[in-house]
Amino acid sequence: MIHTPMDKIAKATPEPMARKVRGLSDRTIAWIFVAPSIFLLLAVNIFPLIWTIRLSFTNYKVNRPNREIDFVGLRNYERILTDSDTWMTMQATAHFLIWTIVLQVLIGFALAYLLNMKFKGNDMWTTIIVFPMMLSPAVVGNFWTFLYQPQIGLFNYVVTFFTGGDPSSFSMIGDVHLAPWAIVIADTWMWTPFVMLICLAGLRSIPDSIYEAAECDRASKWRQFWTITIPMALPFLMLAVLFRGIENFKMFDLVVQLTGGGPGNTTTLTSIDLKREAFEKWRTGYSSAYAVILFVTVFGLASIYVKALNKVKER
Amino acid sequence: MSFSVTEPSNRTKWVAGTAVVLYAVITILPLMWIIATGFKSPADSISYPPKILFEPTLEGYVNLFTQRTRLNEEDLAALPPPETWYDEMVREQGQVITGASRYGERFMNSVIIGFGSTFLCMVLGTAAAYAFSRFRVPLKDDLLFFILSTRMMPPIAVAIPIFLMFRQLGLNDTHLGMILLYTAVNLSLSVWLLKGFIDEIPVEYEEAALIDGYTRFQAFYKVVLPQAATGIASTAIFCLIFAWNEYAFAVLLTSGTAQTAPPFIPTIIGVGGKDWPAVAAGATIFLVPVMVFTILLRKHLLRGITFGAVRK
Amino acid sequence: MKTQLKLSVATAAVMAVSGAASAEDLTLCWASWDPANALIELSKDFEEKSGHTMNFEFVPWPNFADRMLNELNSGGKLCDLMIGDSQWIGGGAENGHYVKLNDFFDAEGITMDDFIPATVTGYAEWPKNTPNYWALPAFGDVVGWTYRKDWFERPELQAEFKEKYGRDLDVPNSLDELKDIAQFFQGRDIDGTTVYGAAIYTERGSEGITMGVTNALYNYGFEYGNPDSPYELDGFVNSEDAVAGLEFYKDLYDTATPPGSSNWYMGENIDAYKSGQVALQMNFAFIWPGVEADANVGGGKSGYFPNPAGPNGQFAQLGGQGISVVSYSDKQDAALEYIKWFAQPEIQSRWWELGGYSALKAVVEDPGFATSQPYAQTFLDSMAIVKDFWAEPAYAELLLAMQQRVHDYVIAGNGTAEEALNGLVDDWTETFEDEGKI
Repeated sequence: MIHTPMDKIAKATPEPMARKVRGLSDRTIAWIFVAPSIFLLLAVNIFPLIWTIRLSFTNYKVNRPNREIDFVGLRNYERILTDSDTWMTMQATAHFLIWTIVLQVLIGFALAYLLNMKFKGNDMWTTIIVFPMMLSPAVVGNFWTFLYQPQIGLFNYVVTFFTGGDPSSFSMIGDVHLAPWAIVIADTWMWTPFVMLICLAGLRSIPDSIYEAAECDRASKWRQFWTITIPMALPFLMLAVLFRGIENFKMFDLVVQLTGGGPGNTTTLTSIDLKREAFEKWRTGYSSAYAVILFVTVFGLASIYVKALNKVKER
Repeated sequence: MSFSVTEPSNRTKWVAGTAVVLYAVITILPLMWIIATGFKSPADSISYPPKILFEPTLEGYVNLFTQRTRLNEEDLAALPPPETWYDEMVREQGQVITGASRYGERFMNSVIIGFGSTFLCMVLGTAAAYAFSRFRVPLKDDLLFFILSTRMMPPIAVAIPIFLMFRQLGLNDTHLGMILLYTAVNLSLSVWLLKGFIDEIPVEYEEAALIDGYTRFQAFYKVVLPQAATGIASTAIFCLIFAWNEYAFAVLLTSGTAQTAPPFIPTIIGVGGKDWPAVAAGATIFLVPVMVFTILLRKHLLRGITFGAVRK
Repeated sequence: MKTQLKLSVATAAVMAVSGAASAEDLTLCWASWDPANALIELSKDFEEKSGHTMNFEFVPWPNFADRMLNELNSGGKLCDLMIGDSQWIGGGAENGHYVKLNDFFDAEGITMDDFIPATVTGYAEWPKNTPNYWALPAFGDVVGWTYRKDWFERPELQAEFKEKYGRDLDVPNSLDELKDIAQFFQGRDIDGTTVYGAAIYTERGSEGITMGVTNALYNYGFEYGNPDSPYELDGFVNSEDAVAGLEFYKDLYDTATPPGSSNWYMGENIDAYKSGQVALQMNFAFIWPGVEADANVGGGKSGYFPNPAGPNGQFAQLGGQGISVVSYSDKQDAALEYIKWFAQPEIQSRWWELGGYSALKAVVEDPGFATSQPYAQTFLDSMAIVKDFWAEPAYAELLLAMQQRVHDYVIAGNGTAEEALNGLVDDWTETFEDEGKI
């Protein structure tokens, strides 16, 4: 995916010299070096995945050790895909995914752009802005329940300080229409700095000489922004979207602590739903099928996206 | 300062600076609220309306580290006088300390599992990254993509078979199990990051060393490793942050002996209700190590976060 | 006299056994709450007498079932003793998590006749109403109400209330009266702050809203099934009366609870009550000692009453737990020793003093009990009207379905009460079919 000149140099290491090397041969060393990682990944990632696929065709339940395990074919998949609840959680996940990415990219990029002006003390402010992402998401979710309490929390008071009105007049977590935004706000608060850092790296990678050339051509700042800054930073923006997309597709800790999936099923994201099926109802076979579906979805989406990303990079 | 056409004007800088500071102040507010809550008394923490000014107290921190119970007045009066300041503080609330809380243990679990997995991950990751960078590994590109894809699975989905497997192997709720698991989860990221860093170290250095009679292993150990040190450090910080803050696996696979702090902190409960100051104190203490690391290594943060895609 | 003799023999036996057996490290698992804190204090006596060391693993309510059932299902050895929730008893027994205690009780002369009958049925028996015991009743608990006596007693509020409702502002006799009072306080200005009616259970993630809504459902006529044919649900779970009960709870939530109380359980209700946001709170009895001791609302400012009657009876949601020995433990003998020690009358009466609700008749039927604490009588009255949720091995699935259906209607406001309960019948029927019960 990410090709560097060094790759080519490494590949071009002269064979004869490699053969002259004393001690273990390169081949052996390569194996020794790679094998433990591959073994661990096989044991902890691939083997379980195969196991999951196998379980997904059964009615196995972990909490019923004495029950006979039956092979049920594709019934689990059928049940999941025809269950309207599944689609509701998918919708909730999509809402969460899209809005967190949009907000984080907009705010994150704006911040990075401003920070890149290299005003006095920008280093210190970068570090301060980054702090929220150092916290544990579970702790953040837990604490935001407290911040969102209309009577005793901070959030409503701060909002009504600017807008006027009664802090108790709205409830972020309790309202069906606000709850999906409550989780978006908390996640955006926490992860905007991450997007900001990536964008900052992107902006700093643009050589000054390009701007200087544009300046000689008397291109306006506005034009420079759209013809130089955005295209040059685009791969980084896309990278940020990829990371946040993968992470928020998996989202569990922050939201489960914050809303518990409520009100009703309004903020029940797929991971929360899966957790209930797998570790509260203990429908192991059913939830394995669910896991496989999720994996196929995320893997598929990510592959398409990575292809697009590589195309942008090649340009 | 040399004049440059690309350098923004002072006025622009001032506007940019103000905007950023404004954002920073708003974004830091919830964090400050957490830290401040740690120094409130339990009654002040839930006061209605919330209190901005309050009398600071260490009750939250005392409560974080102790188990207490309420006693009636006769029982309290019958006790010997309090020995320490925290004893006294607890007695004033009509309570008595019955022992240490689990927070210390949970914090230590986080240290053992967090640092243990980070270390293991660096050892395995550096070796694999070196091999991928320097040798012809069969199916290299496929292997690399495979390694990356393992990070896309939702942890809850992976946890189902891991739970069954750990139960078979007796790894449920053990430090070793969690270290192996976090190492595996982090490995993909670190191999990718480290390969980027090692790719940048000119291969000529090793060649020179090899010609000088070093073995390949010595060349790796004595030449490559020192040069990759900063890269390893910044990769390590990302692995550490992940393992330090991870919740989903921890909540499902650990309970009494190997539970880490993230699933524990939200569940801290005091006497007679939720103890928000203790929760806040726990969160604050837990934040310190990562914060210190981040500040120390902030220069390398950028490269780590972009997956090593940023070249100097 | 006879019990006294038995007791001293038992104590002597404990001593003798502890002298012979090696000292063990026992771990007791329970929810993290006030009673558990008190149990640490109480257990110091056991440690002294037996030589064993007690460790405690406490998990707060919202995570308790999750964590502990996970532990049991993974065959974990963390807990030697489990004070598990009443609804787990079916699973604990059928899946072999708990040790059956009948022989032990017989050998040690412990009889379930000495305990409050509701607690024996609720915490110890499986199948229900058969003499198969998997736990010893450890902590009696039931949902009841706490109210701000000091507010109720204000003359100006009393006058206004009387004018509006034509009766005195006092402890409600029915759920409707309770709603009147809560609505009366909703949005009222008291000493310069806006206060609200009642804090009720609305939590989504674990069991909160179910433990709350049942207090309305039972009293309106909801049944878990046909009394003669337990898994026949249609017409009982979703009867007209049950629908009315669910509508009552939604109305209470919509008109008489603090804004933002959409995901509240025990802890949040306590916070709201202590910080002076509400006039009433629904909560389990375990909080009452803490309320009495609180600087803001304790010391006579609060009163207590059992869940008021509805149109079709008066019931209250049972809480509380029994103590069981985990079958995966290697230290079952020492664990049994603990139960034996715990069952002694003087330990049980000390348990009550420390804030633990003993289920032993000898303690609660003591003439001085009812007046020993302001809430003691309310506790006794409430324990007399208890009803519990399913205790089937599949209880978690049944609970999750109810959580979703009820929360979706009451809090999110989707659909009607009838649709919610019809949906619940479907979900439960599916579960029982999967279980092979129907």
